[in-house]
Amino acid sequence: MSKGSVSEVKSMSTPVLAAEISRELARKSFRAMLTARLLEEKLAALYRSGKIVGGVFLGRGQEALSVSLGVHLRRGDIYAPLIRDQAGRLAFGDTILDTLRTYLGSSLGSMKGRDGNIHRGRPREGYHAMISHLGAMVSTVCGGLLARRFRGEKGVVGGTSIGEGGTSTGSFHEGMNLAGIEKLPIVVVVANNQYAYSTPNTRQFACDDLMSRAVGYGVTGRRAVGNDLFDCLTVMGEAVAAARGGEGPQLVVADLLRLVGHGEHDDASYIPKELKQSPLGRDCMEIAKEALMKRGWITTQELSEWYAEVERDVEETASKVLREPAPDPAEEDWNAFATVGRSSIAEELL
Amino acid sequence: MSSITYLEAIRLAQRRALAEDLRVFIYGQDIGSFGGAFKATKNLALEFPGRVIDAPISEDAMVGLAIGAAVEGMRPIVEMQFADFSTCGFNQIVNHAATLHYRTGTACPLVVRLPSGGTSGGGPFHSQSMEAIYAHYPGLVVMTPATVEDAYTMLLEAISLDDPVIFCEHKFLYYHLKADKLPEEALPFDKARIARPGRDATVVAYSAMVHEALAAAEELSRDGYDIEVVDLRTVRPLDTDTILASVARTGRLLVVGEAWPWGGVAAEVITRVAAEGFGLLDAPPQRLNAKETPVPYHPSLWGTHRPTASSVVNSLRSLLAL
Repeated sequence: MSKGSVSEVKSMSTPVLAAEISRELARKSFRAMLTARLLEEKLAALYRSGKIVGGVFLGRGQEALSVSLGVHLRRGDIYAPLIRDQAGRLAFGDTILDTLRTYLGSSLGSMKGRDGNIHRGRPREGYHAMISHLGAMVSTVCGGLLARRFRGEKGVVGGTSIGEGGTSTGSFHEGMNLAGIEKLPIVVVVANNQYAYSTPNTRQFACDDLMSRAVGYGVTGRRAVGNDLFDCLTVMGEAVAAARGGEGPQLVVADLLRLVGHGEHDDASYIPKELKQSPLGRDCMEIAKEALMKRGWITTQELSEWYAEVERDVEETASKVLREPAPDPAEEDWNAFATVGRSSIAEELL
Repeated sequence: MSSITYLEAIRLAQRRALAEDLRVFIYGQDIGSFGGAFKATKNLALEFPGRVIDAPISEDAMVGLAIGAAVEGMRPIVEMQFADFSTCGFNQIVNHAATLHYRTGTACPLVVRLPSGGTSGGGPFHSQSMEAIYAHYPGLVVMTPATVEDAYTMLLEAISLDDPVIFCEHKFLYYHLKADKLPEEALPFDKARIARPGRDATVVAYSAMVHEALAAAEELSRDGYDIEVVDLRTVRPLDTDTILASVARTGRLLVVGEAWPWGGVAAEVITRVAAEGFGLLDAPPQRLNAKETPVPYHPSLWGTHRPTASSVVNSLRSLLAL
């Protein structure tokens, strides 16, 4: 929650008009949110039954904000999602299959069991695989955009997201400052979910409003209502369009609440009940569902069909992935280098 | 006519890379019209507009930007103003660039140039040798050229390599070393070089310490000793074969490094020789490194802190007496 209003920062977002969001975009976004929600419920179940090792980090409550960035990016754009971005990832083109493969460590997944859970991507395709060190992806996306600028490509956008806790890192600051200097077409979304693991905002930053940081970086600041899909889609649509149109970096700040623990090991008992019961604690899925139904863009029957379809897809994919081979230490390529220690013949065979 | 310095070789290698490969760009502090703190990019911004870019004082973001560009197929060169400041970009180097290929199968071809090592008056924060720290991480190539020729050819190789390269160029050698012309051919970067053949003892060294070792060998030759000097050139990958072959000839090993001894390159070389060539040794292998304090400021302290030809001579005399 914002600590106070900041009159000196002008929000660039315009009032939400439902007509600005097409039926198709809203439905596509909701479908990705629903898929993310049900897929993550499956991930949590697999974690609890000991099938997933390490950790499971869910985006419950943040699907609306996450999807609104992923859905506005196009093929050929650059996307570096963070830990609560399952919905955005699916909207950008990631799949249920590769998500499950990565979490379950399948040797057939894009990370081949070498990295897991939310650390997945296909960087060559513009879909970065985050490192755990927060803020690092901001400058990395900047580098990708600079490369595109070198090649003379126009209209490319890079998107990345971070939590309010991550904005305290030097890496975030350096990346934002650099984005501002180079006027790169990057959209950085700050999901202010009030707690970085267990640390409340009062112990994270002293400024009144994270959006005021946009002024310091010389970038455009925008605000979205983090659990309102239509507002997120509108604001993010404007931010992505502005970046694509050459208006430079965009910082989108959205208040919301994570409706789960930091990971599935965490019961989030440190989040007060009053906050959970406040408007901030309203589930974005419910808000989106109501909004869609009010507009007549989805029916109750269609909704149950979607739930059933997605559930079936998730269950079938999970069963399939659970039968896939785990990585074999005897077959593993224990060489971290792309070229060193590899003969040219071996390279040809790869 | 000795006209090309080690520093000029680095500048010329970058100039050639910029001219021949449109994927190459350079990113660092004060490197544009100013030409860099050491002038390693002098005039390059003029010659290659838009491709020699001034960075803010943000080492983390400088490397992060290079990673993002490398993933997109560019060949970025990042100039750290001093090797010491690369610690501020450490996270991106060791956790992002170094892990990328193993984690994702995507190559990360970038070069981080580190003006390394001590010079008189440099002090604790402008004198460090960082090769051991970076060599610790799988996925990083760490080059430590000791000659003008190697500075030129190895930098070109570093740029063409698909792996991230930490290029440790020695500041003391910048102006100290000169060559007549630049080589057309060179040993591959991952092969060590016999800088001076001998039969009584092997000194393994790299970067500026090669020259201290060569001076020590020269001095001992007056006493009739024949010292072999191996220049590692690159510390990761480490050319163990050339080291073992040398120890097989001499039976005695001294490893010299300007960095601190603890967990360092000298320790790694000795471990490998002890494990793989124990039978070749006629005496316990020895190492000579910097003293274990921060690098001191005053020339009299600094001159004693780091190994010198004279301390190498002393270490060799002890080794030869064992």
